Amino acid sequence: MSTPSTTAPPAPAGPRATPAPHLSLRSRLFRLEGVSAPYAYVAPFFLLFLAFGLFPLVYTMWISFHRYELGSQPEWTGLDNYTWLFSNPKFYNALLKTITIGVLSTVPQLLLAIGLAHLLNYRMRARNLFRVSMIMPYATSVAASTLVFAQIFGRDGGLANWLLSLVGLGGLDWRNGDLSAQIAIAVIVTWRWTGYNALIYLAGMQSISADLYEAAALDGANRWQQFLHVTLPGLRPTILFTVVVSTIGATQLFGEPLLFGGVNGGALNQYQTLGLFMYQQGWVFGSLGRAATVAWVTFLLIVVLVLVNTGLARWRDRDTEGARR
Amino acid sequence: MSATSVREAALAAPPPPGGRRRRYRAPDAAGPATYVLLAVTAVLFVVPFYYMIVAASRPMAEMNTSPPPFLPGPYLWQNITTALNQQAIGLSIVNSLVVSGITTAGTLLFCTLAGFAFAKLRFRGKKALFAITIGTLMIPPSLGVVPLYKLMSDWHLAGRLESVILPSLVSAFGVFFMRQYLVQTLPDELLEAAKVDGASSTRTVVSIVLPIARPGMAVLGMLTFMTSWNDFFWPVITLNSTTPTVQVALNNLGSGYVPDTSIIMAGTLVGTLPVIVVFLLLGRQIVGGIIAGAVKG
Repeated sequence: MSTPSTTAPPAPAGPRATPAPHLSLRSRLFRLEGVSAPYAYVAPFFLLFLAFGLFPLVYTMWISFHRYELGSQPEWTGLDNYTWLFSNPKFYNALLKTITIGVLSTVPQLLLAIGLAHLLNYRMRARNLFRVSMIMPYATSVAASTLVFAQIFGRDGGLANWLLSLVGLGGLDWRNGDLSAQIAIAVIVTWRWTGYNALIYLAGMQSISADLYEAAALDGANRWQQFLHVTLPGLRPTILFTVVVSTIGATQLFGEPLLFGGVNGGALNQYQTLGLFMYQQGWVFGSLGRAATVAWVTFLLIVVLVLVNTGLARWRDRDTEGARR
Repeated sequence: MSATSVREAALAAPPPPGGRRRRYRAPDAAGPATYVLLAVTAVLFVVPFYYMIVAASRPMAEMNTSPPPFLPGPYLWQNITTALNQQAIGLSIVNSLVVSGITTAGTLLFCTLAGFAFAKLRFRGKKALFAITIGTLMIPPSLGVVPLYKLMSDWHLAGRLESVILPSLVSAFGVFFMRQYLVQTLPDELLEAAKVDGASSTRTVVSIVLPIARPGMAVLGMLTFMTSWNDFFWPVITLNSTTPTVQVALNNLGSGYVPDTSIIMAGTLVGTLPVIVVFLLLGRQIVGGIIAGAVKG
């Protein structure tokens, strides 16, 4: 069962010959090992993060000031890439599509998730079966789920259009439409992440003190009122967490639109997200400097969105506290 | 061994707060409406998998009829063989196993050590370093792809599996997860006792921390494996069709000149099967792990 001790290095092995100073040296080495060990344990994380996380982040900014094609040397061009970006209608298109698809996927996803978590929190039979089924989509890759949904949203013989035809609606050309393609992509994202968020909310719900529910029940609050006045306020940090994570996820959307209709995001760029736009600039057109500019602007956008979200939450907090007083 | 230790993981993974309080809410039993709603959702979540099998087992022409077929057809094996021949899906599965395996091993080792240090050891700068670790969760991984790509081509690693493995050997989530786990499960007395007995720090890790951390590591391992297996953005950028992972191969399959949906679905099925199998066997543990790793109020 236990790990073989042979893997343990003979740590405090001082020189064996001299008996008198031997002890102090031994114990000094022992102490040194004890002091340095924590740093050794956290070092791999920080070294790898510096190399593959922080350094690329800073370097991206540097590259964004350059004209840089792969294989050639970067050539300083100052703000040229940024002027190019901000005067490019395709960038604004990608920004807009990222936002609309982001809203279309994040809002239903989180609302559904909170409702599902509430249901999953009841005592019931087959609870584990339900919980596991919630998370199955999360286990599927972007590629697999998008390819299946591309089939479901097919123009001829797709499952979605067949369902629509049952209610008397004509067949939609999901992929080539504008809003329809965005909705299709949002459905894929929602399908993959709703269950995952439901479990996160469930975890948050289980850490809300039962005393609060008891007190609310004594005050005559019914289940819905308990949900509104106990569950939701108790979940606030969790909700904030999921909003931030989903916002970041939405700005990064890449695999779904790529596999749904290629790197252009549809013939008219109907669903070309910022992620796709960056990929197109860097790896289709070969202009890594411009790709870096897109990446850096996306990052700034994320920072702003996260600040707005947390700011809103703080503001609402203060608001409700003020109301209580 | 693995089965029992994984079951232990399931029991140990969600931190204590659940049990006591859940009993309190006993009157909150589910009504019939809850069952119906959850059952409908469960079906909606599972239908695409079923449809994958339907589409993978029929010729493409049949998939384009209306109404679409609802039952599996007889061509599953033929479509799978064609898919395996068309893209190097067999090779890509081997590649994905290598990448996910090494990534998981590295993540488990490094995150457990760092998690242990943050959970139980005292050292200067600990708070700041942990704050930085959590802060890195906010940085979207795809932001640095341009320089990362340059780095990898400078090192002649672009297109090779190493370029996918190296950046994902640790994860901030893993450090956070193992810290939470060890704070809960590793008794301070045990560490004190080891110290009194004169065990070195390394010795303590090997014979006390790792055995106790094992259930948490099992959960983190499964999550890491799944994430790594499903990773799309960076592998698609850095790898090409000579050394694809499963996701890259699926991407190539989907963007072929003559996309045959049945073949695509067959390939997708093959590429998804390993994760589905893992999930059917260990779904409860994975769910427990996600709940345990979640942010709590």
